[in-house]
Amino acid sequence: MTEFTPLASLLGGAMIGLAAILLMAFHGRIAGMTGILSGLLPPLSNDWAWRAAFIAGAIVAPALIIIVAGASAVPFESPVPTPWLIIGGLIVGIGVHFAGGCTSGHGVCGLARLSPRSIAATLIFMASTALTVFVVRHLLGGF
Amino acid sequence: MARILSALIAGLILGAGIAISGMINPAKVLNFFDFAGTWDPSLAFVMGGALVVTAMGYSFILKRPAPLFDKTFHLPTARKLDLPLVAGSAVFGIGWGITGFCPGGAVPALGLGEMSAVIFVGSMLAGIVLARFIRRSVTTRMQSRIA
Repeated sequence: MTEFTPLASLLGGAMIGLAAILLMAFHGRIAGMTGILSGLLPPLSNDWAWRAAFIAGAIVAPALIIIVAGASAVPFESPVPTPWLIIGGLIVGIGVHFAGGCTSGHGVCGLARLSPRSIAATLIFMASTALTVFVVRHLLGGF
Repeated sequence: MARILSALIAGLILGAGIAISGMINPAKVLNFFDFAGTWDPSLAFVMGGALVVTAMGYSFILKRPAPLFDKTFHLPTARKLDLPLVAGSAVFGIGWGITGFCPGGAVPALGLGEMSAVIFVGSMLAGIVLARFIRRSVTTRMQSRIA
């Protein structure tokens, strides 16, 4: 069980939106984690500096929150055994590369632009995720 | 300097938003998709909040001739629904459904010092590199067939 947190989730979601707006206003870029991260993998893209700064910020912010407010301020639980984290990670990496984006790029930025590709991508990966969770938890017994 | 600093600030706001919203927590994400079990609808509020704010902001920004620190907006130009998009999205969902981690949730989770996030992100980066290799070799083979 996880607690239903409509207000915190709405506020956090609005902040995700604000970050997307700022990156578009300053750099003209889609705030998609897949695309930004891909430019930091070899061969390194020429514009690696802003990408590295963005990723660094995204990692540092949660660290600052738990330093200031304590670990309980950011609930975290990963119920999945390590071998499945590795398999799942590989699958996600392959999937988002071919899809050209993930929840942030397609699901937020692409949907906000009403991009037909992003609408299709988001519907497909949401359905696929829900189906996978159903199979893992209710047909295979879960982790 | 302003270029780097502005990207850092956007990243900080994103990371804080992911943490506060609960998207950083794989258990919460998995519960959002578990309609038949321990359903937690919070993620709908994350997506809704992010979407409304982004759509309103974009509608103003994209009317301007260019962003502040670049000559043009870098918007995706592809319009076609092709096989890589459809298959890639379906594959991504399988991995997301197994782990509860998506790229935007997992990278900020590194800041919590969680080993599971480190293992996931490392594997995901390996997956992206592998996918690039697959795409390159398929493209080369198709080109040599045409030649």
